[in-house]
Amino acid sequence: MKPILNISQNFNFNFFSIRNISFVFSIILILLSIVFVLKKNLNFGIDFIGGIMIDAKFTSPPDLDILRADINNLSLGNYEIQEFGSPDNILIKIEKQPGDESKQLEAIKKVKEILPENVDYRRIEYVGPKVGKELKVMGFKAVFFSLLAMFIYIWFRFDGWQFGLGAVIAVIHDVITTVGFFAITQIEFNLASIAAILTIAGYSINDTVVVFDRIRENITKVNDLSFIKLLNKSINETLSRTIMTSLTTLIALMALIVLGGQVISGFIIAMIWGVLIGTYSSIFIAASLISLLGYKSKNNK
Amino acid sequence: MLIYSNWKIIFVFSICLLSIIFVIPNFYGKSEITSFPAFFPKNQFNLGLDLQGGSHLLLEVDVNSVIKEKSNDIVDDVRVSLRQEKIKYKNLGSKGIGATVTIREKEELNEAIKILRKKLDKEINIEKAEDLKLNFTFSEQKILELNNRTVEQSIEVIRKRVDETGTREPNIQKQGDDRIVVQLPGLKDPERVKSLIGRTAKLNFHLLDPTTVELAKQRGKLPPGTYKVANADPTAYEKEFIVKKRVLLSGDRLKDAAATVEPQSGRYVVAFEFDNRGAKKFAKITTENTFQRLAILLDNSVISAPQIKEPITGGQGNISGNFSPEAANDLAVLLRAGSLPAPIKILEERTVGPSLGLDSIESGKKALIVGLLLVILFMFLKYSLFGIFANIAIIFNLFLIVSTLSLIEGTLTMPGIAGIVLTVGMAVDANVLVFERIKEELLSGRSPINSIDLGYKQAFKTILDANITTLIAALLLFNFGSGPVKGFAVTLSIGIISSMFTALMLTKLLVILWVKKIKPERIHL
Repeated sequence: MKPILNISQNFNFNFFSIRNISFVFSIILILLSIVFVLKKNLNFGIDFIGGIMIDAKFTSPPDLDILRADINNLSLGNYEIQEFGSPDNILIKIEKQPGDESKQLEAIKKVKEILPENVDYRRIEYVGPKVGKELKVMGFKAVFFSLLAMFIYIWFRFDGWQFGLGAVIAVIHDVITTVGFFAITQIEFNLASIAAILTIAGYSINDTVVVFDRIRENITKVNDLSFIKLLNKSINETLSRTIMTSLTTLIALMALIVLGGQVISGFIIAMIWGVLIGTYSSIFIAASLISLLGYKSKNNK
Repeated sequence: MLIYSNWKIIFVFSICLLSIIFVIPNFYGKSEITSFPAFFPKNQFNLGLDLQGGSHLLLEVDVNSVIKEKSNDIVDDVRVSLRQEKIKYKNLGSKGIGATVTIREKEELNEAIKILRKKLDKEINIEKAEDLKLNFTFSEQKILELNNRTVEQSIEVIRKRVDETGTREPNIQKQGDDRIVVQLPGLKDPERVKSLIGRTAKLNFHLLDPTTVELAKQRGKLPPGTYKVANADPTAYEKEFIVKKRVLLSGDRLKDAAATVEPQSGRYVVAFEFDNRGAKKFAKITTENTFQRLAILLDNSVISAPQIKEPITGGQGNISGNFSPEAANDLAVLLRAGSLPAPIKILEERTVGPSLGLDSIESGKKALIVGLLLVILFMFLKYSLFGIFANIAIIFNLFLIVSTLSLIEGTLTMPGIAGIVLTVGMAVDANVLVFERIKEELLSGRSPINSIDLGYKQAFKTILDANITTLIAALLLFNFGSGPVKGFAVTLSIGIISSMFTALMLTKLLVILWVKKIKPERIHL
């Protein structure tokens, strides 16, 4: 039984000839991400800044202008009203109310009073500013420590800090550009976004480790190649696997984005970006970094 | 070479069989499961609040208020003791935690310490400071003990209140030093439960001072030993009351409370009953103060101020404020459950309506089935027969995730479902690594059996390293996440581990069995 789909096995791209282009591309991506995060800021969800979120499904699409005017009349400070998935599903976000917790509950009550009786409240969330700050710190810590743990593990397993650092720089590249992706698209940045970032980090490092593993193997096996050529050979040999796994993961993600519902769609879109950028960095960035960081193997001619 | 011992074959197949068995209980209701035979597993995974609907509340207990109260008690105790012994003092007061006093005469200092040591709780430290000043502090252990007790008592009270609302299977747990997580699945009226949970519900009986508010205003000061308290009902005719500070009796002594309708007026009232000691005290109060007005205070506002028409000796009475049926019922619930030892704040609330939960389950199912079918199709197109082997692994991987989740009685959330779907896509990785490796070995001219053997050997280390690094991210996510996100970390972690098992044990076994039977001369990959 022969496979119906047959992707060629013998890749022989010269990734190092375009090394400078990919480095420049990545640096531009990173700079763009930083600029967008600073200029446009992240669209923080209430998880991180505190506030109230009401997800309400109406029996028929409401007039957003009237709704806006009604909410405006409540004078609850900054608010945001948007469609969520369908025109009859509305997301109302209100900033944290001055005063203690009872003021927040009051605000929720007030909004409920101006909405029609038969509205289906899909989600009501309130996060106090104290918790928001804690979650921010915790999220940052989780990303930082996972990068640190990955660095240490790879360093030990691969017998060279250049491997560890190369992999981690590639992952940091993915993390920064993913955060930039959130800033550019203005997809809400919430707890699930941290989950997406960590999963992307895990996915990307997985890809990178597979390439590094082949490099490690080739160093002991292949003697007649320059180090650059050896790196290039390793990337090419693992390329069909890298593409295959990215494809199956993307297939699963596509199923989730189309059918998985609105609640997790931001998370899934970020994941799709992450798989693409993670695959890119494993192929074009990670291995190049090892030679750039000055790893010397015995056949480094 | 390609040898798979019999016990290993049995091991792999038993794991697969067990994974199916452990999935089964999830298809049955809780009551049906109890009728399963004793040997059969009964563990089910739980649905997270985001899937079954319900409320998640994070509460913070103001433990400092208890310390503050205790500090005020010290001030009172010191005042009484020193006055009794006629020791002169000044600057007696408390600044939040602990208290201070300065003794006027140097000769009396040691005497004062001796007396106070005897009077005050052993855990309160008395320290001599400069200029005859004494500091009263709590030992750290005492503070810790007080905090713990306060939080535990709060949990008790909250549990009683939640139980009164008829919420099924609430989960109330301490988190950190001073926080409580309350999870209320399938809640119909979260607002009511929230208002019930959030109230301190301290009920106190005072006497009303005969001085009217108008009179006090004219005089420009309140009578000594009294204070002004607002009416709980802002629409009432009497907006404020002048109440004597002394607490005659508190809600701690209540035995029971219930909302009833007063037959004469048809109004809703809360009937209460004191325990023995409370009843005796209440009888004494009502006998000594007949025709005076009693002020019933709930959390420092007056809910009722009736005149005592006659001594009440039976220990029973009614509170007739201007209650709606719900308000009367809520008050009865609060009085039955008792008051919170300290005020609490709702730091975080997440409520998911039942319709969204159902929609999420529905869309999660669809995404899983479609994702699964597409990946299976793709693997078959790419690897044909070996793709089928890998696909069997994908399906058992799914069983393994669900059965492990059931075994640990974990919680499945919407991100958790996403994690499973994602795992379907990512779990093929280990098999892809092996297959690509086998293909390489075939291309270098090795025999099929040799290639398969080498393929597994070479890919093993890669799979291990690649998966451990991913697992690091998943575990840190578990540590960080709350609720739904944690559910994602759980399914992802289980998925990573089980995918290693299915690829390296199950698929390998299938491949070996196939090779042994067919002895293929060529393999198409």
